[in-house]
Amino acid sequence: MKILVCLSNVPDTTTKIKLSGDQSALDMAGVQWVINPWDELALTRALDLKEKSEGKIDTITVITVGESLTEPTIRKALAVGADDAVRINLNPTDDYEVASNIAAWVKNNPYDIILSGIESSDFNGSAVGGMLAEFLKIPSVSSVSFLDMEGDKPLMKREIPGGTETIRVPMPFVAIVQKGIALDPRIPAMRGIMMARKKELTVVEPTGEGAKSTYIGFAMPKAKAKVKMIDAENAGQLITLLHEEAKVI
Amino acid sequence: MSVIVYTENWDGKFKKSSYELVSYAHAIASELGVETIAISIGQVPEDQLNVLANYGANKVLCVKNPELAVLDNAAYASAIARAAKANNAQVVVFANNFTGKAVAPRVAVKLEAGMANSVTTLPLSFSPFVVQKNIFNGKAQGKLQINSDIKVLSLAQNSFGIKESNVSLTIENFDAQLDSSKFNTELIEKNTVSGKIILTDAELVVSGGRGMKSPDNWGPLEELAAILGAGTACSRPVADEGWRPHSEHVGQTGKVIAPNLYIALGISGAIQHLAGVSSSKVIVAVNTDPEAPFFEAADYGILGDVNKILPKLVEAAKAFKAHS
Ligand SMILES: Cc1cc2nc3c(=O)[nH]c(=O)nc-3n(C[C@H](O)[C@H](O)[C@H](O)COP(=O)(O)OP(=O)(O)OC[C@H]3O[C@@H](n4cnc5c(N)ncnc54)[C@H](O)[C@@H]3O)c2cc1C
Repeated sequence: MKILVCLSNVPDTTTKIKLSGDQSALDMAGVQWVINPWDELALTRALDLKEKSEGKIDTITVITVGESLTEPTIRKALAVGADDAVRINLNPTDDYEVASNIAAWVKNNPYDIILSGIESSDFNGSAVGGMLAEFLKIPSVSSVSFLDMEGDKPLMKREIPGGTETIRVPMPFVAIVQKGIALDPRIPAMRGIMMARKKELTVVEPTGEGAKSTYIGFAMPKAKAKVKMIDAENAGQLITLLHEEAKVI
Repeated sequence: MSVIVYTENWDGKFKKSSYELVSYAHAIASELGVETIAISIGQVPEDQLNVLANYGANKVLCVKNPELAVLDNAAYASAIARAAKANNAQVVVFANNFTGKAVAPRVAVKLEAGMANSVTTLPLSFSPFVVQKNIFNGKAQGKLQINSDIKVLSLAQNSFGIKESNVSLTIENFDAQLDSSKFNTELIEKNTVSGKIILTDAELVVSGGRGMKSPDNWGPLEELAAILGAGTACSRPVADEGWRPHSEHVGQTGKVIAPNLYIALGISGAIQHLAGVSSSKVIVAVNTDPEAPFFEAADYGILGDVNKILPKLVEAAKAFKAHS
């Protein structure tokens, strides 16, 4: 069995967002790039499953649509245990382009399970996994917080508002994962980093469809008015203010 | 030509978020001079469907194919895309919620449409078609131009509001003509907590962080929430340490919420926490540290020990409810 994990290369979650002078672009100078947190959890779960599969899961492949600057992120995924990697050499403009290009690769290189994160922490698209499944005409399950193998059959839980559903779909499928799928991401050890250098990273040119949308500008959220402090001794006054001034209760 | 809006129901009922969605779709349809058509999947009583007219729906298409009894993302996408094509949809609107995230991307591919997720305003322009959306979890806004003929949008909850408008509505059945052999999501078990306010629906939220000091101190927090009719939430370490259930964890890696009121008790206001709550209309922070970042994101602040302040808030809330 083969698992594919889709990785997005994103700015570290503590990044302070800055815009270029004319607000037409994001200023990415000095940004630390990391694996998108949900993708990292997806990878962690894939590795856990492989380790306990008694050889039934042969390989974990990671795939990124991005230019060469994404390679340190890919190497990190290899360092924590992914077996090999694919990079589609394209600086993508939108989710449609990403999903279509991954689909083009998967059509010639099939996998049994494909994992993607519920959203990327940069553009918050929440679309690649679902689009990929539709391009491939295979099932997708979203908001997956649990994935395990029961013999040869994968079992999933998805988070619905106010509860969970236990779900099964036939392979191949795309699982779009979120919190709960794995605990903490793995930290690369020295040995892993050394081994990662020898693992195969295949670079292919894009053959999928182009983008359907493009960012033309950015804006910062409106600055908040200064906080109104309430004396701790008269904390109850808050309730009055919430009713009379803020009108939210 | 039309704007199509997917109005989800929960046990045959709509929620406020459905009305917000129809209001939003209607506003776009008015600009384009086309009809607003709602798609409803499953059994919804006629009086419920008729309510959608109050927010601008001209027509409701009721889809009752048996393949849609369980959420199968591919089957739902097929049904909605088919309805969109049959009605010459220019724009298809979803909520940016569980179902929207599951289905909208598949619909976009079926319609060869560009998609914008977590949209926060009406389109900034229609030709070219440009929408504004959250990026970096609301730390910034992006202006996304969609170039395809059809556009798929998902609306960030509580960002547009409910707008009443009165139109006359027709109800039609729509056969999605699904091939059941193609859809195979098997629901094995469903677990739901009943009676509790669902966090993502809650208009008011009371939330606790590590500054609460111990899981034993949650009594007054829950009492305050119960008096106000609020949902309860928590920061990530609180959920990770098992003080509170994971379903309450909000933030970058937890749930993203946008209630009218968010009361943060003993939460520092780390950037990853704010990512899940910064769209709240009014924010209150209670913290012992005057430098806590939450005070910069808050509208109201109280400097002090949360375990001393909470009883005062409970008392004041009780008095307020007794008089209102
Ligand atoms: C990739 C990533 C993702 C993350 N995702 C999330 C997420 O989704 N959600 C999330 O919440 N966090 C997330 N975090 C963690 C986040 O960075 C913070 O560590 C976390 O939010 C802190 O939680 P806290 O404020 O409850 O605890 P602390 O940081 O321990 O802060 C406790 C606060 O309580 C105050 N306090 C202490 N005692 C009292 C008292 N008696 N009365 C009043 N106030 C008191 C302190 O001054 C302090 O401000 C993430 C981190 C990373 C790296």
